[in-house]
Amino acid sequence: MSVNQSGWRPAMGEATGGAQATFTGNRALMLEEALIFEIGSAETTGVDIDEAPKVASRLGNHARKSAIGLPGLSEPEAVRHYTRLSRQNYAIDLGLFPLGSCTMKHNPRLNERMARLPGFADLHPLGPIDTVQGALEVIHQLAHWLVTLTNMDSVAMSPKAGAHGELCGILAIKAALEKRGEGHRKVILVPESAHGTNPATAAFAGFTVKDIPATADGRVDTQALKDRLGPDVAGVMITNPNTCGLFERDLKEISDAVHAAGGYVYCDGANFNAIVGRVRPGDLGVDAMHINLHKTFSTPHGGGGPGSGPVVFSKALTPFAPLPFVEQQDGRFVLVEEETAGEHHADSFGRMVAFHGQMGMFTRALSYILSHGADGLKQVSEDAVLNANYVLRSLEGTLDAPFGSSGPCMHEALFSDANLAQGFSTLDVAKGLIDEGYHPMTVYFPLVVHGAMLVEPTETESKAALDQFIGALKSVGERAKAGDTALKSAPHFAPRRRLDETLAARKPVLAWKEPVAPVAEAAE
Amino acid sequence: MRYLPLTPTDRADMLATIGADSIDALFVDVPESARLDGPVPGLPNHASELAVERHLSALAAKNVAAGSVPFFLGCGAYRHHVPASVDHLIQRGEYLTAYTPYQPEIAQGTLQMLFEFQSQVARMLGCDVANASMYDGSTACWEAVTMARRVTRKVKAVFSGGVHPHYVSVAKTMAKFTGDVLDTTQPWLVAETDDDRLIEKIDADTSCVVVQYPDILGRIPDLQRIADAAHAVKALLIAVVTEPVALGAIEAPGNLGADIVVGEGQSLGVGLQFGGPYVGLFACSEKLVRQMPGRLCGETVDAEGKRGFVLTLSTREQHIRREKATSNICTNSGLCALAFSIHLTLLGEKGLRQLAEVNHAKACAAAERLAQVPGVELVNDSFFNEFTLKLPTEARPVVRELADRGVLAGVSLGRLYPGEDGLANGLVVAVTETVTEEDIEALAAALTEVLA
Repeated sequence: MSVNQSGWRPAMGEATGGAQATFTGNRALMLEEALIFEIGSAETTGVDIDEAPKVASRLGNHARKSAIGLPGLSEPEAVRHYTRLSRQNYAIDLGLFPLGSCTMKHNPRLNERMARLPGFADLHPLGPIDTVQGALEVIHQLAHWLVTLTNMDSVAMSPKAGAHGELCGILAIKAALEKRGEGHRKVILVPESAHGTNPATAAFAGFTVKDIPATADGRVDTQALKDRLGPDVAGVMITNPNTCGLFERDLKEISDAVHAAGGYVYCDGANFNAIVGRVRPGDLGVDAMHINLHKTFSTPHGGGGPGSGPVVFSKALTPFAPLPFVEQQDGRFVLVEEETAGEHHADSFGRMVAFHGQMGMFTRALSYILSHGADGLKQVSEDAVLNANYVLRSLEGTLDAPFGSSGPCMHEALFSDANLAQGFSTLDVAKGLIDEGYHPMTVYFPLVVHGAMLVEPTETESKAALDQFIGALKSVGERAKAGDTALKSAPHFAPRRRLDETLAARKPVLAWKEPVAPVAEAAE
Repeated sequence: MRYLPLTPTDRADMLATIGADSIDALFVDVPESARLDGPVPGLPNHASELAVERHLSALAAKNVAAGSVPFFLGCGAYRHHVPASVDHLIQRGEYLTAYTPYQPEIAQGTLQMLFEFQSQVARMLGCDVANASMYDGSTACWEAVTMARRVTRKVKAVFSGGVHPHYVSVAKTMAKFTGDVLDTTQPWLVAETDDDRLIEKIDADTSCVVVQYPDILGRIPDLQRIADAAHAVKALLIAVVTEPVALGAIEAPGNLGADIVVGEGQSLGVGLQFGGPYVGLFACSEKLVRQMPGRLCGETVDAEGKRGFVLTLSTREQHIRREKATSNICTNSGLCALAFSIHLTLLGEKGLRQLAEVNHAKACAAAERLAQVPGVELVNDSFFNEFTLKLPTEARPVVRELADRGVLAGVSLGRLYPGEDGLANGLVVAVTETVTEEDIEALAAALTEVLA
């Protein structure tokens, strides 16, 4: 069996920029890596399995007849394969990750250790209740923190991620309306600046989505929203702080108007990090809000999940919260499920997911929360907001800040492409930042700002780290304003140059297939 | 506070740069009525790493870890041995602390891994393509039902009685709101799966037939027969796999006519974790791919012609299509997909087949031994690593009593189907490679005592 890198080289075009091409395609520590299908084999395995006892098969006539086609690697090969691949990723551990609305903060390693305690990690979800009391207590304690930090009535812990939490909140609203005999309310109002998941969630639950415009200062047009309220409106989905990084000053007034018109207020809590420990959404009239544990409470993003999206509810929506949930009865923790919901929870809209939610994320989030405490969490939001404002004021002389005069921002600073040179775009700035050693900010979102660049530094960056980032973005911004054409072809120094996304979509290759004929290079 | 780098001097300097005289000035947009004087009342202040570790370790110690006792629970979550290198690799910061790969030039590690994951899953399930993962098996199952509705433009989904009751429950919850019509039933405590009854229910209005393979009682249904019946009325067959290790021993659903195959990938790499996070598997035929939910990674080339990978076909997704998206899913289960993929790469074809063989052989040995316990009957004819016993009495209190004796015996059907008298005596026992002969003896002995 070959070791990983031998026998495989990336197909390469002309070497550019005078760089010397290498035999392997590697450039010193920047290492190319083949697919497992190109380096593994069906006979190789990295796991020694104990001998099976001899028995007569009970598979009936269902035994597999054909090969699966799965390559195997020995342990050294596998460790090398995944280690080499990992080095082609940017990550928080490598540097500032200013992805707006994603809250890429440091992930404390204590939380990883806690989640791996066998008493949590090696626990079956259907284990007898008396054997999982500590796990239920973790859920109960975390729930208490979430409810107290938001000043809400209850929390549904089972949603698997933010969008799943949105669905949870919207289904509770729908159940509440149906209970009131007002199932005819079919319209959910969503501001233009909302995350794409908001309209997608409302539509998934059978609602019609109506857009609400933004004002010139980047906030929801309160008057337009009030004008749209009526007997057909089920509720609003509003993000606070919003996706322009601004606090919705009128949220309480909006909530009161929505309630008066018979609707409910869903708050997208993706940006809770800006206010955690300092402002409680329950004080703003919110009826439901999801909390991304993988943002505010620092459970790792893991390259795109797993997340966790508990939803806090007001008194009005609490009866409709999903099953299961944890309750304390006579000093013992119990799981309230379909069987035990009974009369107390007869209005629950039901189960959203097998089992009880993202336990591994709950343990990490509780570890994070206990570490910070009420005082530390207040400091978190203050430092997050301070860092963002520092970035905003340090860069507004270079990049256009469309809402720079709307007052302070919250946890993220928003810029536009307004003053870049003709032919230069937000994408060029983003790719230029890659060459400077940074992950770009969120680009082209929110949609209400042309060529948006949304920078969320988070509270876990030092002033020195911010100063270097600001310097880098200033430099790239000035180059984009001056029309430096080298920026058009950035990144130059990343493991890959700009990738052809059009080709990927036009001729989708979504799974590896054996090459039809041997490639020329392999024959060398 | 150990996670916050700003010093008081930094904060003062930064406020000066901003031109604000205090932190409070930055929160000026918060209405008076919602401002707090200090930290949120009623909660403790910060704690040291040592103090937090003490607190959580004490809570963990209140639980009975599966590895500490003879353990036989399954029903949608299985305890397998995960090689040490899996957990080491997924904790590399470059995977653990990366985001969704929206900037592909600096996310090739995650993207190539996802491409490999998709390819492994597609092959394992016997389909052309798989997506980059869903939340878990239950939500993947529901997404498949909605996909079948989009493909067939029909709304009636027929569920086999062998589908995990939580999966059915999730679908029922969602269908209340979406208008999908579900035809569901509970299983019967008999050796045969309910293929005949299921086929009878398929009619011209049926969008899809949902069948778990092996089913909740561990039995293996005849997918090809059901597929033929479904296809005769232009309905899709959705196969649900909650134990992917089984596919090392039994035929892949995609090779038996399933149009969409969904699954719970927890068995490989992920661990039990009290129910989550897990990893949903979702695969289908090439012609259905544009109706698929979730993220997809595809191969392409960069500006120098080098192979690379990107997220693709995103016009199906919420961040582009908003209310017209195929699903609202955004964050999926990336790190669990990585764990699954690494474990499967370590196993390879050979290892997976051996693992499946050991699971099946141990389950056969356990079934034979337990069926000798007076009063106990083995329900299944066919099974992989999980089977159902019919006890002479209600299984639920027996499970509790066995737990008191330090044996986690399995999942009682009374827990999964409360109020269904015909199922109350059923006990579902899972036997993986982690179970020893001594464990089986311990269960047999304890069961004999409790039933005596």
